[in-house]
Amino acid sequence: MKLFALFKRRETQPGTAPVARERLQVLLAHERASPRQPNLLGALKDEIIEAITRHVSVKPEAVKVKIERRAAISILRIAVNIPA
Amino acid sequence: MAKVVVVTSGKGGVGKTTSTAALGAALALNGQKVVVVDFDVGLRNLDLVMGAERRVVYDLVTVAQGNAKLNQALIRDKRVENLALLPASQTRDKDALSEKGLARVIKELRAQFDWVICDSPAGIERGAMMAMRHADAAIIVTNPEVSSVRDSDRIIGLLDAKTEKAAKGERVEKYLLITRYDQARAGRGEMLKTDDVLDILSVPLLGIIPESEQVLRASNLGQPVTLANPLSAPARAYNDAARRLLGDIVALNVPNERFNLLGRIFGGRAA
Repeated sequence: MKLFALFKRRETQPGTAPVARERLQVLLAHERASPRQPNLLGALKDEIIEAITRHVSVKPEAVKVKIERRAAISILRIAVNIPA
Repeated sequence: MAKVVVVTSGKGGVGKTTSTAALGAALALNGQKVVVVDFDVGLRNLDLVMGAERRVVYDLVTVAQGNAKLNQALIRDKRVENLALLPASQTRDKDALSEKGLARVIKELRAQFDWVICDSPAGIERGAMMAMRHADAAIIVTNPEVSSVRDSDRIIGLLDAKTEKAAKGERVEKYLLITRYDQARAGRGEMLKTDDVLDILSVPLLGIIPESEQVLRASNLGQPVTLANPLSAPARAYNDAARRLLGDIVALNVPNERFNLLGRIFGGRAA
C-alpha cells in the first residue's frame, strides 16, 4: 500500500519547469530594464563636483555627497562649502 | 590567428573548470595548440582537474609580475601534445594580478597558441572581470536551473560592457554551454528545457552536456573527461562542442549513456 501511494504521488506531481521559466522571464525583463549601477554614488559625486567647479572655484574635498536609502525613496544630500 | 576564450558563468559550481579542461583537451586532440589558463587567483583548481597539481612551480601572477618567464610557468600536458596549463597562484592578494602584466601575458600566449582558454572564477568581482577582459569569445556555462540562468544573464551583460572588445565598440562572440542536463527530467517538465534556456538568454548554443557520473570520475583521476573516457556521454558532448568551436557543423543531440551502460553490463558479465 505504502509503495503504491509513493508511486501515485510522484505520478501526479506536476512539472515545475514552466513555473521556473515564467519566473525567470519576469525577473530578467525587470533586471535588464533597470541595470543596477554599482557606482551610482561615485559617478554622481564626480559629475556634481565637475559641474560646481565649472562655476565656482572649490576644492573637490569641499563637496560632500551622501545617499540615504529608505524603503520607498533615497535621499541624495549634497553639501558644498563655498569660500566667501 | 589565436583566439582567446573565457569560460564563465557568474554562479559557482556549474562546471566552468570541468568544461575548460574537457574542451581544452578536445581541441588539442583535434591538432590545435591549446593553453588553459586558471584565473581563480587564491583558489586555483584547474591544475587539480588536469592532474598537474604536483607540477606547479610558477603561475599566472608570477609571470604577470615579471618574476618568471612564461615558458617556466607553462605546464605541458603529459597525455596530449599541444596542450598546456598556466596555473593560478595561491596568493590571497586578489590584486596581485595587474592589468598591464596580464595584457602582456595574454599577448605572449596569443603568439604561442591557437586557443587561449581562460577559466574564470565565479562571481562578478575583479578576478572574473580580468578573465573576460581580453576575450574574443565567451562560453557561458549554465545549469538548467533558475539561479544559474539568472547569473548567466548578468554575465552576458558584463561581456557586452566590460571587455576590451566592448571598449572598442566590438562584440565578444558568445556561446551557451548547458551542463548537468537531464533529458528525462526535462522531458517530464521537472527541469528547464534547452529551448527554455535559449529563449531566455538568446545566446547561440555550443553544446549540451548531460549529467553524468563520468565527470566526477574524471576529476577524481585528474583527467579531463574527454581523455578519461572519450566514449562516455559527456566526453562525446564536449567533443561535439569543441568541433563546433572549430567551425564544424555538428548535429545537436544530447548523447546518452544507454549504450555505454549496456556495454558495461555485458562487459561486467563477460569478465
